[in-house]
Amino acid sequence: MRNESLILLGVAIFFGIVGVVYWFTSYEDGGTTMLVGTCLLGLLPGSYYLFWHRRMGFRPEDRDDATIEEGAGEVETFPSSSIWPFVLGMGAFMLVLAFAFGMWFFFPAVGLIVTALVGGTAESRRGGHV
Amino acid sequence: MTDVITPTTTGDGAHGPSVVGVARHEHEEHGPTGLLKWVTSTDHKVIGMSYMITSLVLFYFAGIMALVLRIQLATPSSSLVSFAQYNELFTMHGSLMLYLFAGPFAFGGLANYIVPLQVGAPDMAFPRLNALSYWLYLSGSITMMMGFLVAGGAAEFGWVAYAPLSNATNSPGVGPDIWIMALVLTGFSAIFTGVNLVATIFYLRAPGMTMFRMPIFTWNMLVTAILILIAFPVLTGALVMLFCDRHFGTHIFSVQGGGSPNLWQNLFWFFGHPEVYILALPYFGIATEIFPVFSRKPVFGYKGMVFATLSIAALSTGVWAHHMFTTGVVLLPFFSLLSLLIAVPTGIKFFNWIGTLWRGQLQFSAAMLFSIGFLFAFLMGGVTGVMLASPPIDFFTHDTYFVVAHFHQVLFGTAVFAGFAGLYYWYPKFFGRMLRENLGKWHFWLMFIGFWVTFMPQYIVGLLGMPRRVAIYPSYLGWQSYNIISTVGAFIIAASFAVLLWNLWISWRQPVPCGDNPWDAHTLEWFTTSPPPHHNYSHLPPIRSERPTWDYHHPDSPAIAHGEGRPPRGDKVLVSS
Ligand code: HEM
Ligand SMILES: [Cu+2]
Repeated sequence: MRNESLILLGVAIFFGIVGVVYWFTSYEDGGTTMLVGTCLLGLLPGSYYLFWHRRMGFRPEDRDDATIEEGAGEVETFPSSSIWPFVLGMGAFMLVLAFAFGMWFFFPAVGLIVTALVGGTAESRRGGHV
Repeated sequence: MTDVITPTTTGDGAHGPSVVGVARHEHEEHGPTGLLKWVTSTDHKVIGMSYMITSLVLFYFAGIMALVLRIQLATPSSSLVSFAQYNELFTMHGSLMLYLFAGPFAFGGLANYIVPLQVGAPDMAFPRLNALSYWLYLSGSITMMMGFLVAGGAAEFGWVAYAPLSNATNSPGVGPDIWIMALVLTGFSAIFTGVNLVATIFYLRAPGMTMFRMPIFTWNMLVTAILILIAFPVLTGALVMLFCDRHFGTHIFSVQGGGSPNLWQNLFWFFGHPEVYILALPYFGIATEIFPVFSRKPVFGYKGMVFATLSIAALSTGVWAHHMFTTGVVLLPFFSLLSLLIAVPTGIKFFNWIGTLWRGQLQFSAAMLFSIGFLFAFLMGGVTGVMLASPPIDFFTHDTYFVVAHFHQVLFGTAVFAGFAGLYYWYPKFFGRMLRENLGKWHFWLMFIGFWVTFMPQYIVGLLGMPRRVAIYPSYLGWQSYNIISTVGAFIIAASFAVLLWNLWISWRQPVPCGDNPWDAHTLEWFTTSPPPHHNYSHLPPIRSERPTWDYHHPDSPAIAHGEGRPPRGDKVLVSS
């Protein structure tokens, strides 16, 4: 995880510097906010990964000399198929149509979204999916 | 329907290239079939393919709109379309090309399909989120196209929707609302795909596939994904604010209520400039995969490539305000310095591409020709881009056809040349069959010629002063002849895309099977079967350089790789394919 976290921390450092320069040369708050936000976007996951790297050390995928066998064991549980992403997507579709065309799309949209969230969560608990 | 992926050892790890079996998916055959199978699929390959097909269809739509625009411009005062229709058409052409084709084709389509294969993963990290991305993208695209059907027509404010042009008084009607909502949907879809790619690349690599052994395509997609996570939330937020201004009485972007139209530009270009690189980097990645394979050499300057990509990404977000040179509220020196600096890593990439080709055994396949076409087009677009980055020139050419020619050379050079290079290159992987090479070459040459004929005259007519986004122009300024040439070029490009359609059709109807690895390629995706099985790999080769497949198939040609890549020993073992 070390290189991974260094990339994200690099993002944080770069935008930290640009943000400081930008603020002190323009005193413009919109752009500064975005730059600070971007800095945080790198900082939070970057330091999280670094934390885990410290605890776990190098994983097989981080080591030059790892053999394929070291990856043995359960990788992850993957769903083969699921209807819920589609239902959720159609719910989101109807929701935006409600904003453009009027409220009669709103209630079916909410219905679909809630169903999909419940259905998807139940599926995860049954199958251990991500 | 759950598949637990459990790699199990079948080879002897101590001796040369061992092969590992993966216990697999007993449930596959019992799943849903037909349309339901497609709708419920969470396989990254199915989703990636759906993305590619959808975005290609939208590319053809946008191309037809471009032809209408060009016919209109061939005569100074044509009445083919009205002013309003002209505005609708260029807005939709630009929006479709940028938001619904160029980005999703590479990022949702190719990356979705190829990145998990290249790092040796069974699927994307979050398969259901991946499926959701596609459904949001599809419904966003349908929403965008619906703009033509509603009363008042589609949005007319250009792909950048500048305030105050985009407020409720200047752009009334449902068309603009639909445009905004379409981009909210596709924005979320891009963000979700970004999260997914980062997680896949960070967590699902095969053992030995260190960060600095990942193919450059995967690297570029990783950097693109991070850029998306930086830029798209800002766009989506800005769109929501715009919608509130239009409907809920807020005054975020209007002067009357104490807001500021410049804020829109500030927000928009914070997205918009990185977006240019979000559109470019994946295509750089494609070209970087193709050059080494058809030069039969490893890529030149692997690490330089990676660091160039990283610094392009960083600078691109730093330079956002250079688009506002003529609005005069920003710090000119700071931003023009950053925009000029971006030429340095871009130059490094160029140098490395040439270095890869240099003294290689070049094979001019269709994929290779398209990649070389990309080099030429991008070089031209890059040179004029550096010109535009200097404020005096920008003041002079701002909003003329010079700019139109510039961004078309860049976008067409990347998204179309490199994008179709990728299609020709990976098509055998997708289907286990070839596209017809000779038709591919026809496609290339027609497109290459049409490209220059279309866009070179636009530089000239731009320098002569012709403004962009006009449906008619004065006939006495000598602009017409250039416009006619440009229109003829557009039809040559259109003809080339008819050739592509024919190629797709004939290659489908009369298949030429090609085995798993027809190009003798380098990277991991060519190790598995074509098309890859459900969950991708039943065996993996040892990963000892950034060319594992090549090392495996050429045990005695030492991998002249970078870093430590030492060639595997030549024991013949349980072969996969
Ligand atoms: C088939 C070749 C193409 C032709 C003939 C073509 C033609 C045109 C024309 C005539 C305009 C309107 C210019 C104006 O009035 O200001 C335009 C605008 C535009 N085109 Fe293209 N185009 C082509 C391909 C592309 C591609 C591949 C992309 C991007 C991937 C693209 C992106 C855009 C954008 C962003 C605009 C600006 C829209 C706006 O002003 O808001 N075009 N194109
Ligand atoms: Cu820019």
